[in-house]
Formats: sequence, C-alpha cells, structure tokens
Amino acid sequence: MTEPGPIPPETEPTPPESEEAAPSVAARLAFLQRAGGITTPIATAILAFLIAGLVVLATGHDPLQTYKAIFNGSGLNWFFPWVSGVERQTAAFNLQETGLLVIPLILTGLAVAFAFRCGLFNIGGQGQYIVGIVTGTQVAVWFHSLPGPVHIFLAVTAATLAGAFWAGIAGLLRATVGAHEVISTIMLNWIAIWVGSYLIGFGGPFQDSSQVGVPVSRPIPGNTHLPVFWGSPLLQGLDIGFFIALGMLVLYSLVLRRTTLGFEVRAVGFNPDAAQNSGIGVARNYFLAMAISGGFAGLAGALDILGWQFRLDVTTIQISSQLAFTGIAVALLGRNTALGTFFAAVLFAALINGTSTRNLDPTVFPPELAGNLTRIIQGLVVLFVGADVLVLYVWNLRRKLRLRRVAPPAAAVPSE
Amino acid sequence: MPDATPVLELRGITKRFPGVLANDAVDFDLRRGEIHALLGENGAGKSTLMNILYGLYRADSGEILLNGKQVSFSSAKDAIGAGIGMVHQHFMLIPVMTVAENVVLGTEPVRGAVFLDERGAEARVRELSHRFGLAVDPDARVEKITVGQQQRVEILKALYRRADILILDEPTAVLTPQEATDLFGILRTLTQEGISVIFISHKLNEVLEIADRITVLRRGKVVETVPSAGATQESLARAMVGREVLLRVEKGPPSPGEPLLAVEDLHAVDDRGLRALHGVTFEVRAGEIVGIAGIDGNGQTELIEVLVGLRRATSGRVVVEGEDVTGAGPRELIDAGVGHIPEDRHRRGLVLDFSLAENLSLHDYRKPPESRFGWLWPRRILARARNLIREFDIRGGVPQTRAAALSGGNQQKVVIAREIAANPRTLVAAQPTRGLDVGAIEYVHRRLVEGRDAGKAVLLVSLELDEIRSLSDRILVMYEGGLVGAYGPEAGEEELGLAMTGGRPAEEVSA
Repeated sequence: MTEPGPIPPETEPTPPESEEAAPSVAARLAFLQRAGGITTPIATAILAFLIAGLVVLATGHDPLQTYKAIFNGSGLNWFFPWVSGVERQTAAFNLQETGLLVIPLILTGLAVAFAFRCGLFNIGGQGQYIVGIVTGTQVAVWFHSLPGPVHIFLAVTAATLAGAFWAGIAGLLRATVGAHEVISTIMLNWIAIWVGSYLIGFGGPFQDSSQVGVPVSRPIPGNTHLPVFWGSPLLQGLDIGFFIALGMLVLYSLVLRRTTLGFEVRAVGFNPDAAQNSGIGVARNYFLAMAISGGFAGLAGALDILGWQFRLDVTTIQISSQLAFTGIAVALLGRNTALGTFFAAVLFAALINGTSTRNLDPTVFPPELAGNLTRIIQGLVVLFVGADVLVLYVWNLRRKLRLRRVAPPAAAVPSE
Repeated sequence: MPDATPVLELRGITKRFPGVLANDAVDFDLRRGEIHALLGENGAGKSTLMNILYGLYRADSGEILLNGKQVSFSSAKDAIGAGIGMVHQHFMLIPVMTVAENVVLGTEPVRGAVFLDERGAEARVRELSHRFGLAVDPDARVEKITVGQQQRVEILKALYRRADILILDEPTAVLTPQEATDLFGILRTLTQEGISVIFISHKLNEVLEIADRITVLRRGKVVETVPSAGATQESLARAMVGREVLLRVEKGPPSPGEPLLAVEDLHAVDDRGLRALHGVTFEVRAGEIVGIAGIDGNGQTELIEVLVGLRRATSGRVVVEGEDVTGAGPRELIDAGVGHIPEDRHRRGLVLDFSLAENLSLHDYRKPPESRFGWLWPRRILARARNLIREFDIRGGVPQTRAAALSGGNQQKVVIAREIAANPRTLVAAQPTRGLDVGAIEYVHRRLVEGRDAGKAVLLVSLELDEIRSLSDRILVMYEGGLVGAYGPEAGEEELGLAMTGGRPAEEVSA
C-alpha cells in the first residue's frame, strides 16, 4: 500500500465494498496475477513436476534420473559450458529441435493470451493453426515466379490473415448474437480439421498429383524455405521463425500497453460495462481481439511449414495440430504476459522434445511412457492454475496460523 | 421503557485485519428494551463489531457478556441460539417461496417426522406478526411483496428463532420515507415487548429520531456514547468525522439560462421488454440543478441509460444544446457535452483493475495529447492524472495505484474528476453519493453546486430524498415510468413521499 504516516479521515483503507459486481474471468485472473505475483506460476510448475515425479516413482524408475534424462533430451544442457565433444553436438541438435517447438508454442500461447486480455477464452488455436498452415502451404506452392523474400512475406501474411479470419468468425458471432466463443471455436476446430483433410487428402484439390497414394500437399519451393541461422538446413536446424516469434512477443506487449487498441481491449476485458459507458465499442473489441488472436495461431502454422516441414500431410492436420492446445497451458502458466509466455513455451517445448522417443535415453525411462509424462505435467499445470485460489488459500492459511501462534486468540484469555 | 440492566455487554473488543485496526478496544452495552444506535462512517468498524457479535468473526481480544455471563460464539448459529438476530442490508430471502416458508426455513415445524407442517408454520407466523404489529401476509410469495414487507419478513425470521436482541444493518437504506416511518413504529412495539435493538446507520436524522442512546465509532474506536436526547446532528457529525462538517448544502439562488438538455415524450422499455418510460418530458437549463425523486425501479435507471446513450428510446426525442441526439451512442454523447456520474461506480464508473491514471483517461485516451495515431503516451496520461489527483483532492493513491485499492469516497472522486475535467455543459449525476460517508458526500454536493454555478445543467437522480431536497432547484417525481409532479425546492418530505408512491399512502397489507 502507498499510504504511510498519519491517515487523513477520508483515506481510511476501507476493504473493497461487499456489493462489488461479480468479476469477469479476466478480472479474476488479473486479481490472481497480482495476488500470486511470480511465485505462484513457479510454485505451480514445481508442484506439477513433484507429483509427476511420484508417478515416475510408481512405475519403478528414478525420478531424478528421469528428469535429468529429459533435460538432456531437450538439449538444454547445451548451455552448460562443461558439456563438450559429441555430447555437445547432440545437445545442440536437440536444442534446435526444442527451438522449433518453442515457435508455435509462443504463438499459440499468445493466441490464447490476447483473447484472455479481452475477457475471451479462445480455445480454437488448433483450427486457426490449421487454416494458417493450409493457406501458407498453398500460397507457397502457387506463385513460383516470385522472388524468395516477397514470396515468404506473402505466404506468412496470407496464413496470418486466414487465422485471423477463422477466429474472427467466432469473434463476430460473440459480438453480434452473443454465441459463446468457447463453443464456436471448438466447432470451428472440427471444420478446419476436416476441410483441411479434404483439401490435401486423397483426390483433394491441393493433394500432390505426382503421389496420388499419399495424402500430402505438393512440396513448397526451395526459395520459400525460411533461412536457418543455427544448425543444418537439411537436418532441421533452427530457422529465423524463432526471431519472428520473439518479435511477436514484443509486439503483443507493445500493443497491449502502448496503443489505444490495447487500452480498449484491456478495458473491455476487465469491465465491459464501464468500457461501454466510456464509448468503447465492446462488440468491436470482441471481434478484433479474436481476430488478432487467430492471427497469432495462423502465423504459427506458416512458420512451421516454411521453417522445417516444407510439405503438409494429413497427420499434421489431424494429430500434430493438437500442439495448439498446449498453447492454453502456456498462456495460463505464463499469466498472459509476454515474458511469462516465453518461459512457459520453452518449458513445454523442452518437455515435449525431451520425452520424445528419439531424445530420451531408453535405459533411464522407457520413452513410450515418457510422452504421457509430458501430458501429466501439462494437465497438472492446467489444474493447478485453475486451482490457484486453493494455493493462495493454503498460503494465507499458513500465515494466519503463524499469526495465531504469536498472539493467542481472545478465547484463550481467562475471564476474571 | 428501557431499564438499566444491560442484556449485552461488549468489553474491549479488538479486531485487526492486515493493515487495518478495525476495532480498537470497543466497549458497547445494550439495555433491555432499548434501541441503541451504532453510528459511524463507512469503514469505521460498525460491521466488523456486529459480525464479531454475530459469530462471523472472532475478536483478537475482548469479551462478550450476555445477561452477565461470558459467551463465545464461533458461528452465526451459536449467536442465533443465544437469542441474537440480525437483519442484513441485503435480504437473505428466497423470492419464489412464501413468507411463511421463508420465516421457518432451517427450523421448519414438521409433522410425522418428515412432512412440513405448512399450516402450523403459517399459524405461528400469523401469531408473531400480529403480536409485534408486523403486517405481512404469510401466504404471499416474497417476490410479490414490497421491499418494506420483505424487511418485516427478515425481522419475523429473527423473532421466530426467539431473538431478544435484534441487529439491524442500515435498515432504512432501501425504504421509502413512509416505510421508514412504519419501521420505526414496529421497532417501538418490539422494544415494548422487551426486545432490544442495535440500529446500525450513518444517517444522523433517523438515529436521532429512533434511538435511545447513540454510540459513535470512528476509525475503530468509540468516540462517545450519548443519550439521543441531548445530541444534535451537528454534534454527531463532528464526532463521526472528527471535524466540523457542513450538513446543509450552501448555495445561492439559481440563475437559469437557456435549456441545455431537453427530453420530449420519451418512451423506452427495460431489459425484459417491459414498459419502463412512458411520455417523459422535461428540460434542464444552464445553471440549475433538477432533481428526479422516486423509489428505486420506477424508470430512473432506464431514463439515465437513454440520456447517456446506453439504451435506445422506443420513441421521443433527446435534445442537447439544441441538437437532436436521439439514438446516439455513449461516445457521441460524451462528445456532445454530456457528463455522466453512473449510479453504480463499480459496474459502470470505473475499471477497478485499471490504474487511477487509466481510469481518469477512460474517455480521452484516444485524443491528443494522451494518444496520437493510436499510440498512447503514458507519460502524458500520468502527468494529467497527477494534476487531476491534486485538483480533485483524490487521496490514498498515486496515478499508478489500482482504482480498487481506494476507498469508496475517493473512487467516486476519480469518477467526478474524469467527468468534470471533460468540461461537459450537461451533467447527469445518478445517485452520486451512494455508499459514501459524510465527508465525501459534502465534497460531491459542493462539486455539483459549483458545476451549477459555473453554468452547467445538472440532472440529479437520487433515491435519497434529503439529497434531492437540499440540492435541487426544481424537483420532478417519477412513478412507474412517468413524471407525476413538479415541485419547488421547498416541497415537504410528506408531499414528495406521497407522490413517489403514486399519490396514495404507502400500501398496507392486512394480515
């Protein structure tokens, strides 16, 4: 609090009045954010790892060794200066792979976080990602004659706009007829999955006509591949999409804090009634916030295809795109802040890559089980973030108990 | 007549919350058959003290003596069992159930172990309401009866549980003047039957009218306990606030100019599509305050919403400074020079999670110098906020402080600063002092009168008749969506109260 010294009568710190209106989701989240600061997300993550450790223990393996193996599998040991030789080369390779996962996780995380700041829950990251990746692929496949940078720019922009359009549908429905975005984005996910599967599936208009037996798109031309700045361009080195994702984190933060658009989005997210009263268009901001969110997810699709996949197959659309759901966990753990989203994205990317069949040392923990470990931890994080209130409650209880021990309660004072 | 033996004694009650000493060694006693008022500003510690008595909080130190014996309540259930009943400001009734069902809820008389003895319940309620003069129909559904009658149901609930000490928390806040008078009659009957009453309030006149003794709390401490006989409004206000307070609004005669706000034959419906306004016509001139009196729910909210662009009129016109603005949205009306102090500052007036600076710029963030081409200039926003905080004497925070951290009075100052800084020629003030304490009320009233004297047209909508009467140059009374009368500032409370209930005396239900 900011009021030291003698208190003038009117600044008496009255507790917030009880008739306070029921807070919106975003307002509650903001409250938790302040109440827990940076401690709670870290505590949440640690708690999740501890419980997952118990699960490892129950399977008869050593949790510490397992976590160490996952850590090495993610390539994060590359940052240790004492790692050298072949080990260092493997670490570098693993870390590049992890980096490739960080890109879509940051972007799908932002897709959830931006909407959240406007009081909306965008769980359609998967559909927006698919629409983006299909559009990005096809724009890259068409227009052979364009020079590389222009072609890349065109594909990336088209994918972003496609994602924005897809989420914009949900935003528009919410803004006009009040259809809840949770329902509509889930339905749009399924539409995206099956339309995408049709387009590049057997006999689909975008299927590679030279391989009619395989449900894949045509490969994108070499001049649309994003430049790789670390590692081999042939062995999935880390491409400049990584910097684009970091740039989006900065953009996200700037838009929210430094533009009138961000001001409106946050005002609507915290209190739509007051925003409306000030002449801020609530419906307009619902639409814009959803569209911008979808743009982030669409961009993720473009960067994946141009960065390392180079051709789109049906498995990506139906299975791999589920990675976008991890974006929810990223945004929740990252508390919808740019920095938090970055660290949460790195954490989940490392977990996913570190537990993959390729990277995990099979003598320590069976990799076929390890993927489930990632999901357990992810699930626990979502659960604990949701149960933040509980964590805070326990935290406050602890403090209260300590107070009571210092000053015995009134009842303990004997009466005369 | 109250006798001198205390039925209840609180000795040295101290309660500390993080950062606040809510009750500091409070002594309080209640005699049999007495009405003892607990007077204090918001946050003075009245509610905390009563919640301790009612078993909802535990005191850090101090003791409670009931009929001379020390007691310790760990829940409201204990308190009820010991004969203490509380009527909260917000009623705890189930709207779809009948009066009798609500009264017996939780302690239902049963027949054959499982069946509710409806007739028995009804008979008991009828008997109680007869004995204590609480006229209310036991068969009526709670949602169908008036607020005043709902309050009687709450009192019946307490009496049914054999309470002989009754705590009433701001009981008149929701009542019309007539209903308040009725309530006072009921309370006098109760005391004659040996019931003792603790009456929590921050309204000076009613405390003087009803209480036998008055205890004034300020910042958690008892300032004084006095018999109401020798006390005056001025002496009580001084004790409450700790300084001299101007209770009467000082204002000169108005000098009305040209009409700035004109409403012609306005019709509108409420959220459920039911008729809320029909044929409302009035005008407010530059340099005058027009007050709209009325009981809550008679169309005032809808009228305000139409005037500030939050609700569409079904027919009629709204004219601001000669320009037809019917159907305009909030932003157009702000730009047309209509300021708005909303009736619910938490819902409409403030974004509680925004900083003071952001709240102060809630209208102007999109204009230079706060922003240019969609790009905000936080330094200018902060600098502007710093000036407004100084100019409007907003205390308890810096520009970066969250609005939720401020007291109610200072939150309202933020709203007023924002609206007045925009320099509107027309100001719509809806319940501008709701939930504020004496000091803050004085401030708000002064600002409104200053606005009037500066040539603004001020439309004041309030449920507080005292406020309407002391501020307005003209008074309009609203009843069931229409204006039913125009009065001068000298109109009496009786006269206005009658008009507010549609020209008939307050309805009584024969039990």
